[in-house]
Amino acid sequence: MAEIRVNPTRMELKKLQTRYQTARRGHKLLKDKRDELMRRFLDVVRRDKELRLRVEQALQRAYSSFALASAVSHPHMLEEALMLPRRAGELSVGYRNRMSVTVPDFSWQEGAAVGDSYNYGLAFTSGELDGALLELGALRDDLLSLAQMEKEAELLAEEIERTRRRVNALEHIMMPRYLAAIRTIKIKLEENERGNITRLMKVKDMMLEAQYREKHPFFSDDEQ
Amino acid sequence: MYKIGMIGSAADVLCFLPLGYSVLEAEGAESAATVLKNAVKSGEYAILFITEELAVLIEDEIARYKDLALPAITVIPGRAGSKGTGLAKIKRAVERAVGADILK
Repeated sequence: MAEIRVNPTRMELKKLQTRYQTARRGHKLLKDKRDELMRRFLDVVRRDKELRLRVEQALQRAYSSFALASAVSHPHMLEEALMLPRRAGELSVGYRNRMSVTVPDFSWQEGAAVGDSYNYGLAFTSGELDGALLELGALRDDLLSLAQMEKEAELLAEEIERTRRRVNALEHIMMPRYLAAIRTIKIKLEENERGNITRLMKVKDMMLEAQYREKHPFFSDDEQ
Repeated sequence: MYKIGMIGSAADVLCFLPLGYSVLEAEGAESAATVLKNAVKSGEYAILFITEELAVLIEDEIARYKDLALPAITVIPGRAGSKGTGLAKIKRAVERAVGADILK
């Protein structure tokens, strides 16, 4: 592991200790964020899965009605009948903030009603077509919810992945590095302290010796 | 204000036209990728539904837009029936978030 290279001073020690505390606090917060994101994500995914199964079944039913309708009418007639939309609608998009993830919120607004019927003549089309279109029309809200939930799940998944990486980086890289650097500085400082004390003791010894020599001028080195 | 797009073969998506969806016809991988790209680029569509038959052909292209807030690209089964592509997409999101598929 690459270590942080710092000067072994008390100033640096203080700085590193502050950074370590910040990292620890951030780590805890991010871990909480990850847990909450995960809870919401799993909730969305479960609901999404149920809705998808329901929508897929309903779509299948609508497709079969449509197949029946196309079987009893001429392809050109069918195409012509389907060309014009019954009513123009618009999709408005709002945004919600879910744990700092911006997720879209879709709502469909029906345009001015042209009438309740579809834009095709009833003479050449079959009743099956009306039924199939009614079934498909009834699915609109479910389709919107499905799109919304799947988008939300994707965006939450991305945020969870990012948060998990951050948590891991703090836990396994940043914090151990800070701790190692703090430990190195502490050891260095203690070593310096010991060096200082030894030096002082030595100096004291030398001073005492010098004083002794002054008092006893005939003191020879052999007597030591 | 946005539109809802339906990408698929004419036979699959034409039935959505009377309901107010915008139908974007595409046949084959190349044309589907171009249609999708243009639809995303235009910024007019908030939701793009794409049929499974085409979605399996252009998975990479779809994956490129998964981190954007808009458009929401959702896979729906075509007339041939569901092959589970939509569920596979959710499973991939779960794998990405959790690290394992826990939906089984």
